[in-house]
This record gives sequence, structure tokens and C-alpha cells, in this order.
Amino acid sequence: MSASLRRFGRWVSLASKREFSNFSCIEKGAEGSWKSLNLYSAINQALHIAMESDPRALMLAFPVPLGRLAERFGKNRVFNTPLCEQGIVGFGIGLAAMGNRAIAEIQFADYIYPAFDQIVNEAAKFRYRSGNQFNCLTIRAPYGAVGHGGHYHSQSPEAFFCHVPGIKVVIPRSPRQAKGLLLSCIRDPNPVVFFEPKWLYRLAVEEVPEDDYMLPLSDAEVLREGSDITLVGWGAQLSIMEQACLDAEKANKQVSKLSTQKFLVGTWVWTIGTRKHRKDGISCELIDLRTLIPWDKDTVEASVKKTGRLLISHEAPVTGGFGAEISASIVERCFLRPAMDMAQFLASCNMMSAESNFPLTCNGHGSVFGILQHDLEAPITRICGLDTPFPLVFEPFYMPTKNKILDAIKSTVGY
Amino acid sequence: MAIWLLARSRTIIQRLPKMMPCFGVLYHSSSSFHYSASPSSSFLMSHGPRRLTSGTTPFFFFFSRPESTKAHTQLEQLYTSEDDDDQAIDFPGGKVAYTCEMRFISESAEKRVPCYRVLDDNGELVSHSNHVQVSKEMGVKMYTNMVTLQIMDSVFYELQRQGRISFYVTSMGEEAVNIASAAALSAHDVILPQYREPGVLLWRGFTLEDFANQLMGNKADFGKGRQMPIHYGSNSLNYFTVSSPIATQLPQAAGVAYSLKMDAKNACAVTYFGDGSTSEGDFHAALNFAAVMEAPVIFFCRNNGWAISTPVQEQFRSDGIVVKGQGYGIRGIRVDGNDALAVYSAVHTAREMAITESRPILIEALTYRAGHHSTSDDSTKYRPIHEIEYWKMTRNPVNRFKKWVEKNGWWEDKDEVELRSSVKKQLLEAIRVAEKTEKPSVEEIFNDVYDQLPSNLEEQERLLRQAIHNHPEDYPSDVPSRRHFPPISVPEEYAEDIFSVSSNCSPSANGWRERDSY
Repeated sequence: MSASLRRFGRWVSLASKREFSNFSCIEKGAEGSWKSLNLYSAINQALHIAMESDPRALMLAFPVPLGRLAERFGKNRVFNTPLCEQGIVGFGIGLAAMGNRAIAEIQFADYIYPAFDQIVNEAAKFRYRSGNQFNCLTIRAPYGAVGHGGHYHSQSPEAFFCHVPGIKVVIPRSPRQAKGLLLSCIRDPNPVVFFEPKWLYRLAVEEVPEDDYMLPLSDAEVLREGSDITLVGWGAQLSIMEQACLDAEKANKQVSKLSTQKFLVGTWVWTIGTRKHRKDGISCELIDLRTLIPWDKDTVEASVKKTGRLLISHEAPVTGGFGAEISASIVERCFLRPAMDMAQFLASCNMMSAESNFPLTCNGHGSVFGILQHDLEAPITRICGLDTPFPLVFEPFYMPTKNKILDAIKSTVGY
Repeated sequence: MAIWLLARSRTIIQRLPKMMPCFGVLYHSSSSFHYSASPSSSFLMSHGPRRLTSGTTPFFFFFSRPESTKAHTQLEQLYTSEDDDDQAIDFPGGKVAYTCEMRFISESAEKRVPCYRVLDDNGELVSHSNHVQVSKEMGVKMYTNMVTLQIMDSVFYELQRQGRISFYVTSMGEEAVNIASAAALSAHDVILPQYREPGVLLWRGFTLEDFANQLMGNKADFGKGRQMPIHYGSNSLNYFTVSSPIATQLPQAAGVAYSLKMDAKNACAVTYFGDGSTSEGDFHAALNFAAVMEAPVIFFCRNNGWAISTPVQEQFRSDGIVVKGQGYGIRGIRVDGNDALAVYSAVHTAREMAITESRPILIEALTYRAGHHSTSDDSTKYRPIHEIEYWKMTRNPVNRFKKWVEKNGWWEDKDEVELRSSVKKQLLEAIRVAEKTEKPSVEEIFNDVYDQLPSNLEEQERLLRQAIHNHPEDYPSDVPSRRHFPPISVPEEYAEDIFSVSSNCSPSANGWRERDSY
């Protein structure tokens, strides 16, 4: 949020072809007036509210953000620190342990690593090791690609922190989300790492309630409902994924979908196939995870059980990224499940035989059989960053772009 | 961030030649350049080996200047003689005078920073000693606490040798550092310890039972048995929970101090660390932060000569730690850590300065780790036994303070016998009870990771309980399990297993000893 970042923001809006569309999601608890804000201003507004509503809130950063904040709340509460990330976080932990709401900012997520020890060994374990005697802080850091950031102004290090019990990791996708989530994070008594999609600081604009409101943590949000495939993402990547969803919906009407269901009957496995020629494109369900840890598995699980397919997309390198964790968890929950009781099975058989090209009749020996059904009809797909350092001029190649996602949607649905 | 900084410093560098014409002269005439013969210059340019003076003349400085806590600023003296006062760089942070002399700052002063003491090795007050008065009550309390700490160490150490606790760290040789520093503070001062300062906690009222409970990791341990022995902590006693990583508490102490200052409390933060810690980045971060933020924090370094097996000569090339303060604009003092009165006086004064002037103070206490680093270490493998013996006997801080207390007529042999036997008795009783107290129950694995239990941990707790149910022989039988779980929706064929675990673990299950089935 420094002068340099402001520069970033301007360059981005000039150079980027990336479009952000506003999601028509609802926010709770905001009754008063709404105002069109970009993500940067929404975060600024959240910080103002956090500082105003709690006299024990303090902000520290190198360099100090948002001159008006310092003017308004005084340099005792909004202050510059020396250039030292471990110092910023360590100092913030000390403030928080004394009952303050410490809001520490790391200039870029790429520079958070010197503070890794303080975050992982100290902040994350402060409550646990003391037997619940201390609370902790919020750390903000801009993350992600920005069009020209190269190695050290583009990274998405969220997965490192998702491996740390005791930490929460939250990433907003839009101004309205950013304001509500940031206020929740600041007021949460646990240490939270709040990664802000810096690409969207200036680019993302939407109506934001002026009031003080909070959005729940560990609560994923379904942005678009769909029936053929579930897409899970967070932060800036959601706007790319949404475009892919829109294209998938209208573009390929020729996708031929083989819907299969396997039934275990005694020792026999019956596979029933239904080949559908879709007339209406692919219907995608898009989920914003919002909180990466502890994450809302249930929402993703329910969606995958409905659609039978899952695609995860993030900017961070694919190997060891948080997509891997989502993928593993969903396979655990959705690989096979007890599908239905016998009555449902029989009803389903009749329905299937009516729909499918392979008429099927069932006779009633079902009561002695266990019946299992695949939830997943295709392998889970991850469209993510490459396993390379973030490469400057190759950024368009590195990124999980809309068409990479679109192709993956098609091949997953057509699997 | 590096990029922006670089850009900024480049402009400064470009401007420098214009601002400093004599630089050019120096480049061309360096062969004929010679050092000034003034005493200050020769001091500055001394290239001889650093003399490690013993404690023969170190007190002059303090006697001659009762406001001895004012830092000794060598640099001030050195840069006045031939500086071009009328020409200076108007630099951010203040004007800097030009000089045409090419002088490098010496890597060290000619003499080492002296060590402040009050009592000599025989417990006699050093003549003209300048120290804070200690009352009889305070003196006796300090001594009894030092003895208690000593006994605690020897009994708990023995307990570890017997295999009844897994690990221990003694404070042997550092009793004065522990107790005298604690005595000089107020209970409102917030302590951020390393791990060799249990005496501070003892002083504040952590009972022998509390210590024993932590070491046993039983359910009365504040940390709920989650950390290794000696990782004590008590929010109510303003003592942060010990963590094993070195120096991480230092930047936190600056934050704590800042908070105290914001609240206008008559209190400071005090953080302890060893000589090895000063090599960690966090040490440097903390000193710089504290100085810049004007945080009332005392950085108390126990320079005990050894960081596990690394001696100070292999740890740093500076004159110990006290000189590092000046690099950060922090006032400091070196004190004899085995002299309880000196430690008490230095900390007492440092505390006043820290709070009234809102500034950090660095204290380097020269002491010696007379015990092994921990029960996992055998220090005779890397340091001579006679060195250990010398510090244990001749320079023993408890004996030295005892002599002083006795000379004052405050303490007699019968008090000593009484104290030692009563402490030992209390301690053995505390251990007996702590050993019998049950362990924290299984749900404490999952509690306190966050303030509320998230769903992934709920799920993992259920799975763990099922594993315990299936293989009770794999788990310690003395860890009870009590949390009652609401029924969960699972396929019926599994439900029986899970619910049987839940009912086993319900609050109705009486006590841990009867729970052999799991």
C-alpha cells in the first residue's frame, strides 16, 4: 500500500486486459448506504472502521500505509516500522498478547518469509502452548500476479501457511468481500494471514456497504450454481474462473457427456452408461473458498456430490499447492458413497433405463445387496501456476488462464 | 522492497561527490595520507589485538560518574577534533559533519567495557560502591529464593535422571541473575523469558506445585501437557509462555513494551536471552525496533559463556553484547551476573530509565552456565572441568550473596538448615502430588489450536477416538478421554463402533484409572 503499490495499481489498470465482473452475491448485516469502491478503498475503509470501533486497534507496517489513517488515529496507533518483517510480526505478536488488536502489514507476500518463524513458531502456537492464555494478531499482505511483478512481486504463498495449525488464511475476491472478511479477521482472536489480491486493488470495483459489517470465516460461498462441474478457487483467480464458466456455458454445445453410474450388487459391479449430447453447454458451479484454513469442506463436498466433477484453480505452483489438499479431501469424501436404499435404487433404475440408451430392468433381489455409487465421475483437475519461480516475461504462459481452465472443464466433463 | 530502497540510496550516492569535495582529494593523495597522532585517533585506529582485561580496574568509570548509566560514547569523543564543523551534509536524520581525514572506525575499543559490581567474591561491599539499597526483608527474600531455586534444580535434575520426567534445564550458576533481576522489577512488568529464568517466575509466586505440574505435564499444567518440561508460563503472573526457538521473544518484547507505554502503565517489558541469541536475526530486529519505537523494554542478556557447546569466542567478535546496544542507539551496561546486588541495582535503575524516559536498555550480565545445557548434554566433553569448578565454587553467586546477608546479621546457620529442609520437603510433596495427578484428557489435543474447535479438528478427534477404541494398547493408559460428542450421521454399519467410543468417553466414565479398557 506504499507509493510503489499505488504505482502498481495505475500500471495495472492501464496494462491489464483482465476484466473483473462483479459477482451478484449478497452481504449480510449492511443496511445503510452503499458506495462504489475499488478493493484498495474497501480495505482502507475496513481499516478505518476497525481502528475507530476499537481503541485498542493498532496498525504497523513498513512503509506505513494510508496517510489519512495515521492522520486520523495518530502516529501512536498507525506507525511506520523499520524494514524487518520478523520484527513487524514479532512486535505485532507482543502487541496482540497484551490485549491489542494488532494489524500488521507485510509490503508484499513475497517478503513474508523472514517472518515465517514468528508466524509459524510463535503466532500459530501462542494460544496452544500457553493453554489458552493469549490471543493473536492479523497480518495483511498483498499477494499474487500483477502483470509485471516477476519473481518477487507476484507470489502466492498461501499453501505454506495452510500447513500450520493455529493460523487462519483468508483471501478475498472483491471489494465487498475484502471489507467484510478483513473486519472479521481483525476481530478474530486467532492469528490470521489475510492475503489481498493486489491485481484487483484498483481493478475490482463494486458496490460496498458503508457500514460496519463482517463476513463469516471458514465459510465458502457458492457464486454460481451449476450441475455439471464444480470449480473451486479464491482471490483474483475467481474472476478468471468465472469467465471460463461463462464461456463453457455458451460455447461448446457439442460436448458429449457419458454419465456412468456403478452399482455394486453382491460381488458384481454393474456399470450403467448414459451418453448425453448436451444442447445447453456446460453448467458450472463456482465456489469461492474465502477461508483456506480451516476450510469449508462441507460446501465443496455437497457441490461435488451434485455435479460429480471438480476443478481447482490457483496461481501458486501446482505441486504442493492448496489445490492438492482440496483434491485429496474430496476424493476421501466423494470417491464412493452408500448411494441409496433399495427403493431409491429401483426407482433410479427405472429412471435411468428410461433416459439411457441401454434399457435396463431390475428385479427385486435388492434387499440383500449393498449399493454404492461414484460421486466423482472424472478425475479431479487442477489448473494452477507452473512449478517454476514466477517468470516475468513468461507470465502469460505461467498463469492458469481462462482458456486453460475452459479446456480442462471440457475434458473433465467429457471424460 | 529492496528495489525501492536501492533506487533511493543510489540518488544519495550520486549526490555525495558533489556534497563532499574533499573525497576527491583523498582518492588522489591517499599514499601521502597519514593518521593524526592525537590520542583519540590512535585509539580509533588501534590495530593491536584486543586486550581482554580482567576485572582489575573496571570500576573507575562508575565511581567517577554516579550517573554511570549514561552510555560511554566513544564515537562522540573521536569525531570532534578535526571535523569541518561549518560544512555538513544535511542528511535525513540530522546533519553529518564533513571531514577530510579518511578515518575508519575501529572494530573495537582499546579496553573492554568494564563490568559493574558491588560485592567482591567474598561478599564484601567494594569500597565506594554505588548501588541501590536493599532492605533486610528484601535481602532475605532474595537469598531464600536463590536457595529454593538451587534446591529445585538439584531435585528436578535428579528426577529426570531417574526417568520420572523427560527433560530438564537447570539455572545453576545463574541464580543471582534470575532472582536479583526479578527482585528489582515490579509484578506489573511483563516478562518474556527464554528458558533459563525459572527464578523470575518463582519470585513472582509460581508455586513449587505449579513447577512440578508443568514438568509432569499433568492436567494442572497451564500448558495442558503440550510442551516439554520447563516451558512454563503464566499470564496472571505477567510471564509469557516459554517457547524453544531462540530469540523469538525479543521483538515481541518490544511490542509488549510499546503497549505498556500506550497504556501509560508504570511498567516495562523485560526479556531474557543468552549470548547465543544475539546471533539470531530476531535479536537485531528487536533492538532496532525497540530503539525506533522508543519502547520501555529491558533486554537482559545472560552472557554465560556458552551456547550449548559454542563458546562466546566462536559466537561473536564484538566486546560481548553490551557494545551492540550502541549500534542501535540503545543505552547499556555490563554487570557482574554473579553479584546479586549489582544485578539488582542495574535492573532497578534500568527499569526507572526505561519507564520514565521511554527507552530500551540493554543489560549484559556476565555469568556462567555451571550446569550442562540441558539433561541431553554433557558439557564436560567440550569445556574443562576446572573451569566449571572455578565458577561453581569460587564464583558461586549464592555463596557470595549469603556471605553478605550473614555479615549484615540477617541470616544464620540455623535459618539455613531450616530453609533447606523445609523447601526440600515441600518440593517432594509437590512432586508426589503432581506425579499422581491425572494427565490432561484427549480432547486437549484439539482444544486451543483455535479459540473454537473447527470442523476439521472435530472430524480428526472422532477418527482418533475410533482408533483408540480399536487399538487401546497403542495409547498411554493414563490419558483420560471425556468429551461427549453429539451423535453424528454415519452409515449404520459403522455407527455402532463410533457410538461405543463416545459412550466410553462420556463424562460418566469415572476417573482415568478405571479407564483401562482404552
